[in-house]
Amino acid sequence: MDTTSFLIQQLINAIFLGSIFSLIALGYTMVYGIIQLINFAHGEMFTAGSFAGLIVLMGLQKVGFVDSHFILSMVLVFGLGMAYVAVLGVSIEQVAYKPLRNASRLAAILSALGMSIFLSNGMMLSQGVSDRGFPPVFGWDGFRIMDAKISYGQVFIIILAFALMYSLWIFVTSTKLGKAMRATAQNKPMARMLGINVDKTIRVTFMIGPGLGAAAGIMVGLYYGSVRFDMGFIYMIKAFAAAILGGIGSIPGAMLGGMIIGFVEVAWSAFLPSEWKDVTTFVVMILVLYLKPSGLLGQSATEDKV
Amino acid sequence: MVQSDLKKFFTYSFFLGILILPLVGFATTTFDAPRAFTVWGVFVAILAFGLIIKVIRHSGGYKNLSDSLAPIHKQIKDKLTAVPAKYYILALLAFAVIYPMATNRYLVDVGITCLIYIVLGLGLNIVVGLAGLLDLGYIAFYAVGAYSYSLLNLNFGIPFWFCIPIGIAFGCIAGCIIGYPTLKMRGDYLAIVTMGFGEIIRLMLNNWDKLTAGPNGLYGMAKPALVYPSITDGGLTWVTFHLKSLEALYFLALAIAVLTVVGVRRLDRSRIGRAWVAIREDEVAAELSGVPTMWLKLLAYALGASFASVVGGFFAAKLSYTNPNFFIFMESCIVLCIVVLGGVGSTPGVIVAAVILSAVPEIFRELQNYRMLAFGAAMAAMMVLRPEGLIPATRRKRELHAAEQHQHEES
Repeated sequence: MDTTSFLIQQLINAIFLGSIFSLIALGYTMVYGIIQLINFAHGEMFTAGSFAGLIVLMGLQKVGFVDSHFILSMVLVFGLGMAYVAVLGVSIEQVAYKPLRNASRLAAILSALGMSIFLSNGMMLSQGVSDRGFPPVFGWDGFRIMDAKISYGQVFIIILAFALMYSLWIFVTSTKLGKAMRATAQNKPMARMLGINVDKTIRVTFMIGPGLGAAAGIMVGLYYGSVRFDMGFIYMIKAFAAAILGGIGSIPGAMLGGMIIGFVEVAWSAFLPSEWKDVTTFVVMILVLYLKPSGLLGQSATEDKV
Repeated sequence: MVQSDLKKFFTYSFFLGILILPLVGFATTTFDAPRAFTVWGVFVAILAFGLIIKVIRHSGGYKNLSDSLAPIHKQIKDKLTAVPAKYYILALLAFAVIYPMATNRYLVDVGITCLIYIVLGLGLNIVVGLAGLLDLGYIAFYAVGAYSYSLLNLNFGIPFWFCIPIGIAFGCIAGCIIGYPTLKMRGDYLAIVTMGFGEIIRLMLNNWDKLTAGPNGLYGMAKPALVYPSITDGGLTWVTFHLKSLEALYFLALAIAVLTVVGVRRLDRSRIGRAWVAIREDEVAAELSGVPTMWLKLLAYALGASFASVVGGFFAAKLSYTNPNFFIFMESCIVLCIVVLGGVGSTPGVIVAAVILSAVPEIFRELQNYRMLAFGAAMAAMMVLRPEGLIPATRRKRELHAAEQHQHEES
């Protein structure tokens, strides 16, 4: 394999990983934007989505539905997985975050952390500690650009990720609910005065953010072929780094930050010792927080809130 | 009133029911129905119990009961507070000293674990409870202590007692390295950065094969030794006594724990302690009142780190073995759980919580797997229902109640 093909291959990997991080980071940034809280349980919702998708997929495969109606079964896998995690997100919000909306920040963060520990151990108990295999529904078919091999699965996942991000963008910029969301993020009391149902808006945010995370979880499962109860942790830290890098609270920022983190990680593992790649991500995150806490696309107002 | 309670009951049980879905027994292709209904049943029963209590409270039955019990409650409370606190402390100490003689080896080992967690909890309490800086990577300092003892002892043969001050120095340095970039941050950012630092240290220990032997860990460190003079026929000689027995190690752990309790107590009541509380409450106001916030925050990190480092050195010496997997993020969470459940900023609370959290899983061994599940749920529930913890710090309790009163006035 010559250098160009190698680079193309790595480019595809980077775009894939970048879109995964972007999808997870969007959940962080939306929740942070609207209630100024790090949703520590977000990584667990990513994993829960992955497991839910796996359960649906296995069920469909058992009855032979995947072979006969492939597209429809993918829609079901993603739809049901995302719907389940959306309801899970709202439940967490209602049980653990809503009562603490006016309490100290420390209390809210600790409650979020408690939820995260609870969910990750719940998944460990019900799904076991070992890796669980995803059925290879896409097979290994694909096409070649020079020597680089690109499977149809990769193409499908990347297109789906971009489609989700694009529809989120349309939702936030042009629908009424999206506008209500932005207004609530900017100024909660003012939004309430203008007749926006703030509680409902927050609930919707807690459905969309985790839903996107769940989609990312299913994609990771389909792409790498396995899921584990604790895989959410490392993705969570990295996606959080992405959200900070892009400027927390900013939706295009999260997409950009996710892409950058994905490219940095792939470049690092392609050319430098790959066991240090996680350390690099953390160092990038800490440097961004130290040097420019508002991130690349964040408003400077976030700096006051730090 | 009851109607709104009923509505609340159904919505909350609906949400909780979804929340515990990951628990109910979907094992990818099979669904374990009996297990699912048991888990759901337990949760619904707990909620229904809460509802019944609430209904009784509203109907006035609870009030009559609590009114009739109030004098007895007051009497007991008066009797308990009549005994000076120092007697309680003495009784507790006496119990701690007698404990290893009255029990078996296994329980002594559990006791050592308890004492280690007490020291860790109190050290983290300085950072979280007093200075109000959330630290999710605290276990990294424990790792620094363990590895500095292991490496110094294995490579240079330095004995335990000399390694401890060196370990403290390393711990302080690590604390300052983590503390310095985070000085400007508050709350959530701080949490995530300290979490990142904790992971960086663990990954370094894991990947730096040449120095730390990677995931295999280091083994063969000497146990701590006491050297004392002895007069024999030949005159004065020095005798080395290795603390090899579990009892001896228990007493060493107890000594470290007692020193920590005393140290943290003194710090809490010192000028520095009050300055930390001032920073926690309002950093700008503290700075304007002449509190050197930057130095004190660094000091909080450094002191918290040095306690963890001491006990980390002890841990490595006790096992004669260390391994990066002892220092995973979950361990930081356990220590944080101890601080939160005990009551943020409260020394007795932290001690009680450390004993409960490390002893209960040992007693109910079959429930071992559910340990972290319960801790996580307890942490969230504690924040929602009783944010001041099991045994609240006096200062903090007053603050929280003042806030409640304030809210009442507002509404």
